[in-house]
Amino acid sequence: MAINKSNKSKFIYTILAWGISGLIFFPILWTILTSFKTEAEAISASPSLLMFDWTLENYRDVLARSPYFDHFWNSVVISLGSSLLGLLIAIPAAWSMAFVQNKRTKNLLMWMLSTKMLPPVGVLIPIYMLFRDFDLLDTKIGLVIVMTLINLPIMVWMLYTYFREIPNEILEASRMDGANIIDEIFHVLLPIALPGIASTLLLNVILAWNEAFWSLILTAANAAPLTAFIASYSSPEGLFYAKLSAASAMAIVPILILGWFSQKQLVRGLSFGAVK
Amino acid sequence: MSMKLSAVAGCALLFSTSLLAETITIATVNNGDMITMQELSSDFTAKNPDITLKWVTLEENILRQRVTTDVATRGGQYDVMTIGTYEVPIWGKQGWLTELDKLGENYDLDDLLPAIRSGLTVDNKLFAAPFYGESSMVMYRKDLMQKAGLEMPTKPSWDFIRQAAKAMTDKEAGVYGICLRGKAGWGENVALITSMSNSFGARWFDENWQPQFDSKEWQATLQYYVELLEESGPPGSSANGFNENLALFQTGKCGIWIDATVAGAFVTNVKDSEVADKVGFALAPDNGLGKRGNWLWAWTLAVPKSSTKSDAAMKFISWATSKEYSALVAEKKGWAKVPPGTRASLYDNPEYIKAAPFAQITLESIQSADPINPTVKPVPYVGIQFVAIPEFQGIGTAVGQQFSAALTGQLTVKQALESSQRLVERAMKKARYPKK
Repeated sequence: MAINKSNKSKFIYTILAWGISGLIFFPILWTILTSFKTEAEAISASPSLLMFDWTLENYRDVLARSPYFDHFWNSVVISLGSSLLGLLIAIPAAWSMAFVQNKRTKNLLMWMLSTKMLPPVGVLIPIYMLFRDFDLLDTKIGLVIVMTLINLPIMVWMLYTYFREIPNEILEASRMDGANIIDEIFHVLLPIALPGIASTLLLNVILAWNEAFWSLILTAANAAPLTAFIASYSSPEGLFYAKLSAASAMAIVPILILGWFSQKQLVRGLSFGAVK
Repeated sequence: MSMKLSAVAGCALLFSTSLLAETITIATVNNGDMITMQELSSDFTAKNPDITLKWVTLEENILRQRVTTDVATRGGQYDVMTIGTYEVPIWGKQGWLTELDKLGENYDLDDLLPAIRSGLTVDNKLFAAPFYGESSMVMYRKDLMQKAGLEMPTKPSWDFIRQAAKAMTDKEAGVYGICLRGKAGWGENVALITSMSNSFGARWFDENWQPQFDSKEWQATLQYYVELLEESGPPGSSANGFNENLALFQTGKCGIWIDATVAGAFVTNVKDSEVADKVGFALAPDNGLGKRGNWLWAWTLAVPKSSTKSDAAMKFISWATSKEYSALVAEKKGWAKVPPGTRASLYDNPEYIKAAPFAQITLESIQSADPINPTVKPVPYVGIQFVAIPEFQGIGTAVGQQFSAALTGQLTVKQALESSQRLVERAMKKARYPKK
């Protein structure tokens, strides 16, 4: 009887999980399907899910009109570059906040997080002028710096949470054995916290890949990532939904694949310390 | 030996050309005509091997935000900017644009349509060259009109439009008599309703910059708009902009659509439109007060003051807005795809008139639009569907939200106008109008 009840609730939860997943994934699926339709079919009043004339015309047009691989490369450099640079700063910062705390640490952490509450447009003009004066407009290095700064509070917070789970005694033991700060971080802390660091890196790659405000404002022709590539297919006067869908599909597929292969690390990292 | 010398000289020439080549960055919108310009730009680079082109194509609102930031901070990211007739007079006055005084001897400035040219000129200086121009007009289904036993006049009145829309509506068959912009925004529902209001005798401000939404003319305009869409419009009109209505019209769901003249080429395109052979055109409606409800807009190319390559940028603008470019588009894509609404000579061309059944109405609509005197009563501003002041983007969108709320029934017409009056009064007071 108890087994039956347990099986029944398991079945309900499974159905519920699949239903919610389907709901979340449906817009992406619809975008991908639309990318294989003609423009006329894309706007049809009675759209078909699968029974339409499949075409690769939109992908051909998009590849012919835009330098997709240049945008792709820019996205890779900006997202990976900013995540690695961010880690370089966030690891020592999180270490000091987790293991060398003082009475202001909590306030400092809260202040860091509060910078995420500022609407980006509020600092648009000063940042734009700084970029202009330092010749950083439309450069990959400029975008790497901005993305690093945007995501740094999240990285520090995530790493701080992981580091707090590591017993201080392990680090103290290494100090007793004569390890200096560098040894302690690189040879003791990092190997233990590797899953957390990996998930922080992955999450920030995804956040930087999808960021659209700064990457659209601060780039023009040279450093524009895939978000700018998608934006170039949106039109207020003209129906280009199928081409827009093809461009979107081409921009999201790489990050979807990355997310698929690293889902275990991502879930583990994000739920780390959630249940005690 | 001489062959070797020639080869070396050739290589040296190529090398020196590539070293001297100047790269200009062009920011533009993702509209059909601009895509064609990008496709055909190899003609320009072949004629000007010392200039290379880099394109930044974006959606209109994103582009507007980017180029405004760049031009206001003198960022210098772009050498050629695609901007509209709203920005040109404001930016020209601010000193943000370079005067286009090197378009070449053969450019034929006098061929530009006067209504368009005047909107791009500040203190007798031309600050932008029109790439394509548009007004608004009535597009209607001839077959549905015939079925309803009516005939569309070339110059319809708003009363006739209401009567025809009602007669063409067949809600059970999914056919709606009228499709109009309802999406909130200064370039969306406000563009349409402001143009409409001009023909109802309304105006945004009196001569002393006092908002006029409490007038009976505005009451009549908004009441008509809401009732018309309630009677004969498609469900969810408050979410419809140009593209949504285009999709409805092309799939046979609309009897009448009043919108940009540039849509004429879309709805008659047999590849995309299910009703391509059934479309008729007429001038925007009026109320017998001497002003029709049509607007005037042009996408133009301008050179920001921050560009260090203004000569090369002007060369490009001269090419893209020339008569020769129109001929090139006609040769490669057909006459119907030539950017409309900028040059008088295009409308003297019988091949164009034959290929574009909407050509004559477009020309008449553009010629009848007067941005300097847009309303029945006098106004202190320039602009038909907008008021050419920097504050308009903000107040226009806020007013558009009130109009949209009236359409969904969240507010009554009276409440929407009262609220508009209050918020515009507040904004104008804050901006210290009237300016001394």
